[in-house]
Amino acid sequence: MAVFETLLWIVRRDVTIALRRRTDIFITLVFFVIVVSLFPLGIGPELDTLRLIAPGVMWVGALLASMLALEQLFSADHRDGTLEQMLLTPQPLSLLVIGKVIAHWLITGLPLVILSPLLGLQYDMSPEALQVLMIALLLGTPTLSLLGAIGAALTLGLRSGGVLVALLVLPLYIPVLIFGAGAVEATASGLGGQAHLSMLGAILLLALLGTPLATAAALRVSAD
Amino acid sequence: MTPAPTDKRLQVTDLSCMRGDRCLFSGLGFSLASGQLLHLKGHNGSGKTTLLRTLAGLLQAESGEIRWNGEPLRRVRQEFHAELLYLGHLNGLKGDLSAVENLRIDSAIRGQAMSEQAAWQTLDDIGLRGYEDLPSKYLSQGQKRRVALARLWVNRAALWILDEPFSALDVAAVAELQKVIRGHLERGGMAILTTHQEVELTSGEVLTLELGVGRV
Repeated sequence: MAVFETLLWIVRRDVTIALRRRTDIFITLVFFVIVVSLFPLGIGPELDTLRLIAPGVMWVGALLASMLALEQLFSADHRDGTLEQMLLTPQPLSLLVIGKVIAHWLITGLPLVILSPLLGLQYDMSPEALQVLMIALLLGTPTLSLLGAIGAALTLGLRSGGVLVALLVLPLYIPVLIFGAGAVEATASGLGGQAHLSMLGAILLLALLGTPLATAAALRVSAD
Repeated sequence: MTPAPTDKRLQVTDLSCMRGDRCLFSGLGFSLASGQLLHLKGHNGSGKTTLLRTLAGLLQAESGEIRWNGEPLRRVRQEFHAELLYLGHLNGLKGDLSAVENLRIDSAIRGQAMSEQAAWQTLDDIGLRGYEDLPSKYLSQGQKRRVALARLWVNRAALWILDEPFSALDVAAVAELQKVIRGHLERGGMAILTTHQEVELTSGEVLTLELGVGRV
């Protein structure tokens, strides 16, 4: 499968580059850890309050952290001309976009998912809630990367691209935030989070179908 | 490797391009067939790069039409891009990847996977022996340009669009590049290029197009 092979090459390329300049990965991860850890310090050791705000804080931390690395998604390739070369390949551009988004998620999303249970302990979350939090992040963070790619492509080459990405993309993250945090809250209150998790999965599938095409179209306009 | 390209044709009629509010050129037309080279001339800012980028499909033309084998470009985009090799001012190399990795990934996303051995051999041939493994950000300007141009050695695209291919190259590399372009034309390929240097291009058929004539 030539198409699948191309996808793998793109993913491998971006992951290799990220592993060679590890600062980008660390910045996202450290940012997430700091944001999430500031709240218990500021609010004090009232476990009831902490348990209540935990899902929301964890999710907002994840949203902000995944957005932090978005600007770099296409701009580095734009600067050195590799994006230009990608636009001129006979492969469908949306395929290359999917490859880049997968790599972006592996670099910035997956570490957050893995680290989240550890950070959740600061909020005295129950083991079941931690488990649901992890599953919710696993389903939600790829959507964040997919949606964010549209914003990154639209703001390519603009001077204040970073701020603009935040303004464009954060409103789009709201459904993911509501169902992501909702899943954990529902589990904590004994209702069970399956419905919320199904919604997160549905949003992910929708995003997977629609956003690569939108991102590809935005790239063609921005590469001008 | 695909067989030598034959009877390919690029036709441009009544093309005009704008940058911002300024009209760079209008009513431009030419036709390029197998074995022909188009040397694009013109002073700085006359729109050479814009024309090349428009031909490659990176920019939208204001008006006019570009046809590839008789079909409008936007309808045969994938077929056209499969036969196109564009090299602009930017080298299109990742600084954190080595020359070999850059070359192999570039070939792979064009759908022409390349073995590691072949990549080493190609870089050897173009005078980068001993630098294949180095992250390309440590290479000199001329060496980076050579890695970028290595695509010409491995890719059998019918149409080459080269924006200032000779810049930053030393005398020996310029001569080699000319030889490769000549070979490409002899195999029935097409090339469009810009250069300010006075270079002996080919023995084949050379068309010249001058942009921005008669304008101050």
